[in-house]
Amino acid sequence: MAESSAERAAADSGTARQQPPLAVPASAVPAAGSDPAAVPDAGPEPAAGSDQAAPDVSRVPTVVVDDLHVIYRIYGTGTGHGNATAALRRMLLRQGSPNVTTVHAVRGVTFTAYRGEAIGIIGSNGSGKSTLLKAIAGLLPADRGRVYTDGQPSLLGVNAALMNDLTGGTNVLLGGLAMGMSQEEIHSRYQDIVDFSGINEKDDFISLPMRTYSSGMAARLRFSIAAAKNHDVLMIDEALATGDRAFQKRSEERIRELRKEAGTVFLVSHNNTSIRDTCDRVLWIERGELLMDGPTDEVVQAYEDHGGR
Amino acid sequence: MSASPAAVLAASHGLSVSGARPGPGAYARQLWARRHFITALAAARQSALYSGARLGQLWQVLTPLLNAAVYFLVFGMLLGAGHGVPDYIPFLCTGVFVFTFTQSAAMSGARSLTDNLGLVRALHFPRASLPLAATLLQLRQLMLALGVLALVLVADGVPVTSRWLLAVPALVLQSVFNAGLALALARVGARTTDFAQLLPFLLRTWMYLSGIFYDLSKITAGAPHPLVRLLETNPALIYVSLMRYALIDTVTGARLPPHVWPLALIWATVAAGAGYAFFWSSEEEYGRG
Repeated sequence: MAESSAERAAADSGTARQQPPLAVPASAVPAAGSDPAAVPDAGPEPAAGSDQAAPDVSRVPTVVVDDLHVIYRIYGTGTGHGNATAALRRMLLRQGSPNVTTVHAVRGVTFTAYRGEAIGIIGSNGSGKSTLLKAIAGLLPADRGRVYTDGQPSLLGVNAALMNDLTGGTNVLLGGLAMGMSQEEIHSRYQDIVDFSGINEKDDFISLPMRTYSSGMAARLRFSIAAAKNHDVLMIDEALATGDRAFQKRSEERIRELRKEAGTVFLVSHNNTSIRDTCDRVLWIERGELLMDGPTDEVVQAYEDHGGR
Repeated sequence: MSASPAAVLAASHGLSVSGARPGPGAYARQLWARRHFITALAAARQSALYSGARLGQLWQVLTPLLNAAVYFLVFGMLLGAGHGVPDYIPFLCTGVFVFTFTQSAAMSGARSLTDNLGLVRALHFPRASLPLAATLLQLRQLMLALGVLALVLVADGVPVTSRWLLAVPALVLQSVFNAGLALALARVGARTTDFAQLLPFLLRTWMYLSGIFYDLSKITAGAPHPLVRLLETNPALIYVSLMRYALIDTVTGARLPPHVWPLALIWATVAAGAGYAFFWSSEEEYGRG
């Protein structure tokens, strides 16, 4: 991580194509950001590859997102007559599935992430950040474009419930096994996971069912389980927002460790301080498009100037 | 269409497409690597099964007993289905317990993905682990029920013979069949959520066709031969008959459907193979939306 931000920005601009702000001084960015039309469309880009004829061999890409489009198809919207006769009439009168709405949530995002990077993703609510992470994790189908990854990315989100009717301890065991850890590995790390989560600081909560946990406790335990394994690519979706300050500090430390172990970490957050503390590169997504991709300070500054908190 | 620069970069570093489904062989190896997850999940689910009830785990034994008692009351005493069937209570209990295994494996298999959506969306693991764990949980339940059944049989005066050992291969074949069924229904249930509402009716119809409460051969005595043959290839009837043959001395080989062992093997192989292929071919789709 000895690279200066200028070098990083220069290298990045060659691999991703939809990030004109990097070509201009950071001060000029908000204007481009406020006007999506200023972002060139994702047409043919012969220059993108040739810019980087000799890629830096020391930087190993772990995630390559290539002109990704994600379209949600949502069933059961439309007129909400939720009774049986209405359902029957809909089936009789209209063939197929009438109540489908499509949402074009990610529109042509392209970037490359490298080993050892911690990448923050910022943008207003509903801008497509979580959808982008789900698509990278392979949990949502790409409508157009591709996502290439090194190994299996792991996504850790706030809504990623484990098994609420089982105890915290059983969830640690099952979560670890599901991630592919061996039984010995889990037994040897069990105490570390529990200590890291801080679940047992107040009482013996680890032997209670997870449905009795507060949302903050559940989020902490989930993060602790997921962080116990060394992931090639770990994506964290707002998971740290619910923890208390002490836990956030521990988590940020663990994220730095994961990066040292040659992983790549993505962090979605509305907390710019957390992004600044953890990430060295930031993607700014707005209306499903990648507005800006560059060093944390520049992008977060531009985002804040634009009106983001 | 020429490859994009990003695709070239990805290929040069050996990156793979995210969310792509592995081949059937590689998928089987991934599943094998998760075997401890499957067994631990089944065990954890079983221990949580009656955690809300005061009698707790006692219900695991009480449930099959009460089931058998209700069916005995309705079919044995009120409808008189047991007339002419020797050892009717062991006959009925074996049928109910063995069919319940298939029935509940089908039900919990169909719900296994939708019930564990949080887990599916949070972590990456071969999704077939879930219907397989559901089947394993039902097998563990059946083991308890078989313990109860052994007591019922002995109390009824059925002799313990070496033929009881045949219960083991019968149970293995039925478990393989159930696993295949659970896999297939898991895919259907994940795609079509209406299916979970419909399935209980299908399963109940299947139960009434499978000779659980009555001796099927007595009902079909005057029926046309092809129909009888069709009814006798019903996998549920086959696995139930095998278990009755193994455990009850008055159920002789002559009372078994024809070619019962080969059919049991064929059904298990076909269900497991087709169920696995059917489930695998949609692996990357589960948990989306």
